[in-house]
Amino acid sequence: MSNDSVSNLMKGHMESLAAEGKRADGRSINDFREVKIETGLINTAEGSAMVHLGNTKVLCGVKLLIGTPYPDSPKSGTMTTSTELAPLADQSFDPGPPRERSIELARVVDRGIRESRMIDFGALCIEEGEKVWMVYIDLHILDNGGNLFDCCTLASAAALSNAKIPNVQHGIADKDVDLPVTCWPISCTFAKIGNSVVLDPTYDEECVMSARITVAHDEDGNLRAAQKGMNGAFTDAEVREAVKTARSADNVLREALKGATG
Amino acid sequence: MAGQTDMELIKNGVRLDGRKADELREVKIVAGVLDNADGSCYLEWGNNKVYAGVFGPMECHPRHKQKADRAIVQARYTMAPFSVNDRKRPGLDRRSSEISYIVSQAFEKVVMVEEFPKASIRVDMQVVEAHAGTRCAAMTAASVALADAGIPMRDMIPACASGKVNDVVVLDLNKEEDNYGQADLPLAIIPSTGEIVLLQLDGHLTPDEFEQALDLATSGCMDLYKIQRKALEDRYGGSA
Repeated sequence: MSNDSVSNLMKGHMESLAAEGKRADGRSINDFREVKIETGLINTAEGSAMVHLGNTKVLCGVKLLIGTPYPDSPKSGTMTTSTELAPLADQSFDPGPPRERSIELARVVDRGIRESRMIDFGALCIEEGEKVWMVYIDLHILDNGGNLFDCCTLASAAALSNAKIPNVQHGIADKDVDLPVTCWPISCTFAKIGNSVVLDPTYDEECVMSARITVAHDEDGNLRAAQKGMNGAFTDAEVREAVKTARSADNVLREALKGATG
Repeated sequence: MAGQTDMELIKNGVRLDGRKADELREVKIVAGVLDNADGSCYLEWGNNKVYAGVFGPMECHPRHKQKADRAIVQARYTMAPFSVNDRKRPGLDRRSSEISYIVSQAFEKVVMVEEFPKASIRVDMQVVEAHAGTRCAAMTAASVALADAGIPMRDMIPACASGKVNDVVVLDLNKEEDNYGQADLPLAIIPSTGEIVLLQLDGHLTPDEFEQALDLATSGCMDLYKIQRKALEDRYGGSA
């Protein structure tokens, strides 16, 4: 997410701040920005959530449709994650088909949710080999204030926790039930600025970062997904430290999620 | 428009959602809801929910679209996949492309494009929940977002539809009326001059009904105009 328009002055400033363990917005290097989660905003979606992480705003809608399962897993529901980097979110987002950046974002979020087995796919089977529920997670980015990865993962988790299986609408059963959710994966993204590593980068920090790493943990503190991005590099020690930090730093997001979804 | 239907959409002059024939659904507009966009707006119109964001004036891309003597307005209307009951496939379809195109042209009439040669003003409209009348909702929101961005304009454009259900001309069709009604006429006007900048029609209207529908939609636009101005007053104080 490197942006050429950030001056070298700004870059120098951010790097020297980070070297002292400080940041432009006054946070310490391992703090998240303020997080706010609202759920159930969209009536046409089976589940929905709006997450504010600092200035970043992401709206997630979950839709459930009936489809045929993959031949290699006839008893499992399916899941698809897509992101829309809406042009109103960021001047540099271009209208048009999804680009690499948006695809990477969707895939990283998808992995966090999928690999944590957050959704009990076995419970989404209606008729073996014939009919299963297909879960669509659509992420609408409304304001890019940095760290879309964590905000999107959080929005997906919140919207899934809030989702109902539309049995009545599709004539499957006479009652809608909650989507079976087994755990909550939370991702933490770190940016490398100069020789420092900071958690939850802002838009400006993303403009000057050289590398990015996202790690997703489940609530038992086990790793579920990770992704390193951009053309810079992390040292071995930095990666180990980031993973360790993520395990405790994600608590604040976990609490917010619990508060919003009960 | 499904045309004739046996479905009773109006009973004793009252519509399914309890409105009278000339009544708007409830509209709520908030200006300046997003941080990155130069101007933005969130609008709820009945159950419709729309975000609009504006960037610009800025250098026009792609270059071949630049106009030597004026700016262009690049409006983009999109519906979120979860905005409708059946998931909508993401991206621009033919319907969204058409709406984006006619909305761009409508705004070029009110934005002072001659002030910014070769520039582009980007207007992005995101429908996150749709229950009929989203193009009007999106345009109404986009006008407020343009004003919020401080883009020089001659006026804002309110937009509102009228239509016909059970042989009665009504204002602001809801989802059922849109699906089973006989006509739909979205209209956008420049309130200060009364000029029409967008008009579409599908369905069946007699000449008299058309006159009536046009009057009704115009009065709906004027009501929306007040709500648009109120949203700007709420954000900036004073009277817009």
